[in-house]
Amino acid sequence: MLEIRNLHVAIEDGSKKILNGLNLTIRDGEVAAIMGPNGSGKSTLSYVIAGKDDYEVLDGEILLDGKNLLEMEPDARAAAGVFLAFQYPLEIPGVATMTFLKAALNAQRKGRGEDELTTPDFMKRVKAGAEKLGIPQDMLKRGLNVGFSGGEKKRMEILQMALLEPSIGILDETDSGLDIDALKIVSEGVNALRSAKRSFLVITHYQRLLNYIVPDTVHVMSKGQIVRTGGKELAFELEANGYADYVTNAAA
Amino acid sequence: MSNITPLKTEVEQALIAQGAGIAPDRKAAFERFLESGLPHRRVEAYHYTDLRALLKSAPPPAKAGGKVSVISPLADIDADIITLVDGRYEASLSSTPPKGVSVKMATTLADDGSAQKSVLSSDPVIALNAAFSDSALDIAIDAKTELVKPLIIRLVTTAAHASYPRVRVTVGDHAKAFIVESHEGGVAGALIDSVLEVRMGDHVAFDHLRLNVTDRAATVLTSFGGAMGKESLYRGHNFVVGGALSRHQIFFRFEGEQSKAEISSASLLNKKQHADSTLVVDHAVPECQSREFFAHVLDDESIGVFQGKIIVRPGAQQTDGKMMSRAIVLEDGATMNNKPELEIFADDVACGHGATVGALDEDLLFYLRARGLPKAEAEALMLQAFVGEALESIEHDGIRDVLEALAEQWLKARSA
Repeated sequence: MLEIRNLHVAIEDGSKKILNGLNLTIRDGEVAAIMGPNGSGKSTLSYVIAGKDDYEVLDGEILLDGKNLLEMEPDARAAAGVFLAFQYPLEIPGVATMTFLKAALNAQRKGRGEDELTTPDFMKRVKAGAEKLGIPQDMLKRGLNVGFSGGEKKRMEILQMALLEPSIGILDETDSGLDIDALKIVSEGVNALRSAKRSFLVITHYQRLLNYIVPDTVHVMSKGQIVRTGGKELAFELEANGYADYVTNAAA
Repeated sequence: MSNITPLKTEVEQALIAQGAGIAPDRKAAFERFLESGLPHRRVEAYHYTDLRALLKSAPPPAKAGGKVSVISPLADIDADIITLVDGRYEASLSSTPPKGVSVKMATTLADDGSAQKSVLSSDPVIALNAAFSDSALDIAIDAKTELVKPLIIRLVTTAAHASYPRVRVTVGDHAKAFIVESHEGGVAGALIDSVLEVRMGDHVAFDHLRLNVTDRAATVLTSFGGAMGKESLYRGHNFVVGGALSRHQIFFRFEGEQSKAEISSASLLNKKQHADSTLVVDHAVPECQSREFFAHVLDDESIGVFQGKIIVRPGAQQTDGKMMSRAIVLEDGATMNNKPELEIFADDVACGHGATVGALDEDLLFYLRARGLPKAEAEALMLQAFVGEALESIEHDGIRDVLEALAEQWLKARSA
């Protein structure tokens, strides 16, 4: 379970507040969607959960299964079960995708006090995961994300999530830059990972993604707060009416 | 002002005293050195590596080779080996040359002022080598010889004296070889001033690695002069982790058309190490291609220098030259000096250069940490990838693995 209580966040130099007392609880197995206009603080929320240093947490707490994430380094958060699928996955020339996957997987296992995977076991897992997501073997030999298309990068994020088996997967605008076929593949990948123990936080501008990854709850974010919470039908309402109501009457 | 002869420093005076009884055949070289003295920061080519200020002592030349105790990082490579101990050929540590290769010592050293003028510049460090080098090792690779194994020339320094090794290689037409010059050993106060000259014929494929794994207190000045015929390929690599003060000079000249040179370099420096890579690629003839890639990783208070010059002579049309220098500065106290230059006297050419200096990319670091890699491990992975780019063009898997392991060792020591 992820619990965010009264979260206040500014950008590092303190000049601008982005989150203003945000409260959000995501139960085990729940898929929560956050929708909201540009600049409402959606991506900031995902970065603060994952532990990026560019932000200053002024108040509040983030608990994952009772553990205080704000006291942990980003790698410790990952080992504790946080996975952020980046909106713009980064390219790392010179690090073969396979090398990276193995390093990440074993680092997390080590962080949890588990044994490293044997190479055949690792290979088997990667192969099976890649096949499901339509990722060809030669892509795994190339530098991580180097020369991959937008869709390929997003599929690679989902493959990483499948291998790392987080307790909460945060998808930051995973639908951006995807055509309809890629959107389907990525969504199927996410849906395959849904389980009673794993929750998701799906951040998106558009309702379209939620046709494929059907959420349990939808939260509307504006000016750094959750201003409305509802079921999946709330997404359709937003799609029809836009965010205008929330931008002008936020926190009303 | 510029005509005033500066006062000689203590180190220069020591060198002058050592040159007092110099053999007649080396006198001209010594006088060339005396004309300029030790180069200093007002000499453009030595602006960032002021030898007059940096060279703290001029130990006397070694009288004989000492006892070798260092083990080469390349010891496990299946290779032919030639060992020079304190500048002298050591038969007991050298293997029989392979078929098509002759190795001999030339007792008299022709003054390089005439014979090799086209290859080597009038550089004072090279002049000093010519003055004090007792003898030269001549290696001749016959035409059409294709060496299967790399030929490793170990240049080992055993004590706090000066050594001035000189190796001359000729590579016959259609020959294929890989020569490694491995600078090893050394102690505080040791001075190495070596010169490797390679004359390559036509249709040659020549690979060359200069490895500096000397003691971190030694001064290591190395110069390479290469001249290449037509339709040939030169692949040069430079790898530096050793030496307190080091400078590697590359003077490469295309003398035949449609040849290609790929030169890459990786220097990993920390503490107060100072390493200079200076490169002149001379396109004297048309239709040649050169690619240069120099990578520096600088920790603590280390200083890196890259000076690269591509010269395109009049008439050297269709020259294609690209030069790139990248440096990662890990601490505020470290410094990188970049000086890329193009001198182009032809109008139908494609030449370019670029240089970047920066810290590790924070966003990339966060991406790796968000996947569970602890900070030190994430940084090491990024640096390994960075260095790997400079090593990937090394064809020999075993030697590339050794260099990757040396880089890994360096990174481990850093995070320990």
